[in-house]
Amino acid sequence: MIAFLIKRLFHALLVMFVISIIAFSIQDNLGDPIQQMVGQSVPESEREALREELGLNDPFLVQYLRFAKNAAQLDFGYSYIFNEPTTEVVLRHLPATLELVAATTLLIVLLSVPIGVYSAIKPRALLSRFFMGVSIVGISIPVFLTAIVLIQLFAIGVTWTPFPADTGWGSWLNDLITTEGGMPAYGRGDPVHVFGTWYTNFASTDGLVYLVLPAISLASIMLPLFIRLIRAEMLEVLQSEYVKFARAKGISLRRIYFLHALKNTMLPVITVGGVQIGTLVAYTILTETVFQWPGMGLMFLNAINRSDIPLIVTYLMIVGLIFVITNTLVDLIYGLVNPTVKLTGKPA
Amino acid sequence: MTTQTSPQQSAPLPSRWERLRDSYLLYSFKRDPIAQLSLLVFIVFVACAVLAPWLAPMNPYDLAQIDIMASELPPFWIDGSDPAYRMGTDAQGRDLLSTILYGARVSLIIGFGAVALQALLGVVFGLLAGYLGGRIDAFLMRLADIQLSFSTLMVAIVVGALVKAIFGGATFSAYAVPLLVLIIGLAEWPQYARTVRASVLAEKGKEYVDAARTMGLPSRRIMFRHILPNTLSPIFVISTVQVANAIISEAALSFLGLGMPETHPSLGSLIKSGFDYIQSGSWWITLIPGAVLVVLVLVINLLGDWLRDVLNPRLYKG
Repeated sequence: MIAFLIKRLFHALLVMFVISIIAFSIQDNLGDPIQQMVGQSVPESEREALREELGLNDPFLVQYLRFAKNAAQLDFGYSYIFNEPTTEVVLRHLPATLELVAATTLLIVLLSVPIGVYSAIKPRALLSRFFMGVSIVGISIPVFLTAIVLIQLFAIGVTWTPFPADTGWGSWLNDLITTEGGMPAYGRGDPVHVFGTWYTNFASTDGLVYLVLPAISLASIMLPLFIRLIRAEMLEVLQSEYVKFARAKGISLRRIYFLHALKNTMLPVITVGGVQIGTLVAYTILTETVFQWPGMGLMFLNAINRSDIPLIVTYLMIVGLIFVITNTLVDLIYGLVNPTVKLTGKPA
Repeated sequence: MTTQTSPQQSAPLPSRWERLRDSYLLYSFKRDPIAQLSLLVFIVFVACAVLAPWLAPMNPYDLAQIDIMASELPPFWIDGSDPAYRMGTDAQGRDLLSTILYGARVSLIIGFGAVALQALLGVVFGLLAGYLGGRIDAFLMRLADIQLSFSTLMVAIVVGALVKAIFGGATFSAYAVPLLVLIIGLAEWPQYARTVRASVLAEKGKEYVDAARTMGLPSRRIMFRHILPNTLSPIFVISTVQVANAIISEAALSFLGLGMPETHPSLGSLIKSGFDYIQSGSWWITLIPGAVLVVLVLVINLLGDWLRDVLNPRLYKG
């Protein structure tokens, strides 16, 4: 166990090292702090002196070590846009993204497990086929398009009456395609203050309403994947010997499905789920852009558009850290849950 | 002794056409209406994209043909439309049908280009890693692991942002197509490399590889002429899905402003430019290109699904 832990930690450190090298090269090659600090009229000789004083002429390795030392203390300099330490800017935007991801994860877990299990138990049922059809369409719709369609349907509303309104079926069909609109689709509303920089949307009904559309859009991209994965794994498990044996023994079907089979279905789902957290963070950039959700993704895009190099570097480092931590945790959890993984690394 | 058998001794080999006609591939295609429909729609898409300059009512790249007074006209089934613009116009007064035809062309070019680059990188790296093993294998696969743990979209966004920062907005716009091919290709090669490596590892232990090695053939020849042809079917399967992914990635990058400029739009940048007008009620500027994008990606995914079922040896031979 200890050996496995050390190996995983070493791997995590290696990945962080690679990320920091990339982040540092970005800062080194793209950001010219002198240009940001002094005006046009400052002569070249003074610029050179300032450059020397700040240590910008030092060799790459010396500069990198300085960067790494500061990074370890979460000090990445000042943001050009906000004119305050970048770490504070990122931490201020972090809760919004984390809450969006939390709401999305909740939706995915609550929907994908029952739907996946159902369509594995009854693979030929009409409803299962419907879910499978919807899920391949779902995979093909980019997340920002789902978001735009949701905005059109539930924020702006559809007032289109192509069918004759004087007949019964016509007005019924018209009612079916007409939607109210009015759902909030812009920003976070008025979140409740918890502590520090953390404002939450979970504490009030008003806040939750603001979460609905962004969370559904973000979930829409992951949901089909998880439904298909759970279905495939469950189908495989249901073919296995021990399930047949349990059935022969006369154990109730419900117990077999939800106690015996589901446990083994969830093993691969955990690994894939952990990896997908990274994808989810990438998709928050798109979702937050559409809904102007004031999280890290929107902040990152603004930083790109305005070439705020220190903020870009900070975002990369912090998101990298989140990825590495989640991936390491997922590996450890998988090792703990699955007894067939040899944690010690000893030969069998 | 010659290694070739003379044609008189054995029965004549069936021609390529005969082999295709008797293949399981064609047989299952004939029995699958969804695959047939998908292929038909896909061919229509490719034909429209190739023939866009002749099919489109106007050239959206030609500023002289754009009439700003005709902006935000609705499509034909809504009151207030202009018969000259069947699908309506966008905010700059460009005919939406024409921009979509040209946009689908750009999306498809980038999609295929990016997949070609991914396949090239992935096949070479996968072959090297699988066949040579050792340090090269460890290094390449660790690299692939790291990249995949960040998700391909994230890598594409970051690389796209950096490329844009290095070249500056104007240069980036001028060379957007090759740069996007490069960005998406670099972001998604690990998928190929992993698949190829896995098949190479399975093939490596087989006797024909041992035989080739005993004959003293160089490693390069064994890798590319002997092992590679035997790993083609998984490559085909992921290629289809990867084209769909690349088109979606391009659309996402364009939507974030890191892709095709609005003067030379792809489907993604059309959706982006239309999104600014959705609140004013002009939903068609964003939703019609959106629907086209979804149909295009959907048919490719359906074809990929069908191909996976047919070529997957576990399902078909076992």
